[in-house]
Amino acid sequence: MNWRAVWAIYRVEMARAFRTVLQSIVSPVISTSLYFVVFGSAIGSRITEIDGISYGAFIVPGLIMLSLLTQSISNASFAIYFPKFVGSIYELLSAPVSYLEIVIAYVGGAATKSIILGLIILATASLFVPLHIQHPFWMLAFLVLTAVTFSLFGFIIGIWAKSFEQLQLVPLLIITPLTFLGGSFYSINMLPEVWRTVTLFNPVVYLISGFRWSFYGKSDVSVGVSLGMTVVFLAICIAIVAWIFRTGYRLRN
Amino acid sequence: MSSTISPSIIAISGVTKTYATGFKALKEINLDIERGEIFALLGPNGAGKTTLISIVCGIVNRSSGTVTVDGHDIGKDYRAARSLIGLVPQELTIDAFETVWTTVNYSRGLFGKAPNPGFVEKVLRDLSLWDKKDAKAITLSGGMKRRLMIAKALSHEPRVLFLDEPTAGVDVELRQDMWAMVRRLRDDGVTIILTTHYIEEAEAMADRVGVINKGEIILVEGKAELMHKLGRKRLLLELRTPLTAVPDAFSRYKLELSPDGTQLTYTYDNQSERPGVASLLRELEAACIQFRDMDTQNSSLEEIFVNLLRQEP
Repeated sequence: MNWRAVWAIYRVEMARAFRTVLQSIVSPVISTSLYFVVFGSAIGSRITEIDGISYGAFIVPGLIMLSLLTQSISNASFAIYFPKFVGSIYELLSAPVSYLEIVIAYVGGAATKSIILGLIILATASLFVPLHIQHPFWMLAFLVLTAVTFSLFGFIIGIWAKSFEQLQLVPLLIITPLTFLGGSFYSINMLPEVWRTVTLFNPVVYLISGFRWSFYGKSDVSVGVSLGMTVVFLAICIAIVAWIFRTGYRLRN
Repeated sequence: MSSTISPSIIAISGVTKTYATGFKALKEINLDIERGEIFALLGPNGAGKTTLISIVCGIVNRSSGTVTVDGHDIGKDYRAARSLIGLVPQELTIDAFETVWTTVNYSRGLFGKAPNPGFVEKVLRDLSLWDKKDAKAITLSGGMKRRLMIAKALSHEPRVLFLDEPTAGVDVELRQDMWAMVRRLRDDGVTIILTTHYIEEAEAMADRVGVINKGEIILVEGKAELMHKLGRKRLLLELRTPLTAVPDAFSRYKLELSPDGTQLTYTYDNQSERPGVASLLRELEAACIQFRDMDTQNSSLEEIFVNLLRQEP
């Protein structure tokens, strides 16, 4: 393993986050705070408890997941797309670096940034609502697993994209709607039966449900199913990345 | 398996590249680069120079054929092969927001080398970049960016350096500096492969020259042989009275007569001890063939190059 290369890429990726701290950290924290003000305080004060949890506290796991998904995809897709766009990817492709090392470095960097952001949002949320985490280990496990999975997904988008428009396409048109419809702000049990069934085809439901379970011990779907679905999505992303590197898809052709 | 006795540091055998569009960028390339030489790869735009370099460096997958670098196959043993190579691409492609120091150290790390601030400092000083080590790449001039690309390529102490159009768009002073730097590297044992469409660059630098056109290598020769061709000159004689044919007495000079019979051309080797110019002029005078003006022309490498390309189907 060329760990020095992994470290070199990882360090540059982390340095970029700290160089753009306003965009990377401050902006999502402000957005999340606004969600708490609008949904938690203004609207939430008129909504009764859900599953015995105050509405303000109920939306915390969903809000963290919302940022975790979008930021993981955005960080990883931009990290690999930008060198492709400016042409500096030649250096990565000509270096004695294996595919695994490239993925570890880029996905590791993107996931680290997202996890840090998730924890900052958690800390911000604790200023607005009283928080109690019943299963801290599983909370961290879901956090890490989701960040890694969606960073891998972002990495795939970054390699696939041929323009900045395409880079934004999947996060804007697919991920954000799925996240909003995935139970961030409500329990899917509140939906009519038909829509509840439809929602079960949304993979984000399982992520948010499992993550919420780690906080409050309550979930829309079984935690085992949530974990299983996350692992399945991770496996699909790993398989696609392996195929990309084996064929050189949009990298070496 | 590493070979220390082979004179070839790069062996390219039967390499082809066909893009997904069906375009054949390279057709059966066979080429050996000798250890420690400066090899110039000449060719017009779109001839396949950059594709060939990109394949050797691992940036583009080849369709078929094999390439070894110091005995290491670029596919099976890519780590050993790539760690020997430094590449300076044609385009100025640098992360604009990184500092000179950061980006050069990043390149060194990427190639698996332990940090060595002293060596990186030496590289930057050699390239007159030390004063700019804390400057972001975006603030550098075009010439400095080019130097930075070279610094990145040299940061991991490569034994083979590819320079793809290194002096495209750079001023005369920087061009001279680069040539001097390339010679220093060669003196240190680094093998240099440069692609260029500036013929004078190949003349000034190369030990050997290869010409590629339409994805095929059409010539590989040492510079000494090419200089021999460069040494050929033409003597042009404007005749006072047109001739209908060259007299048989001059057949040994292989003179060429222009269609209108007013100009005689004598092609000779000016590096020869007896080029025959003086004897030709004496014999012309003796034969009462008078001329009103004369001129000489060099046959340049550029002419040879252009003629080679014209001969291609």
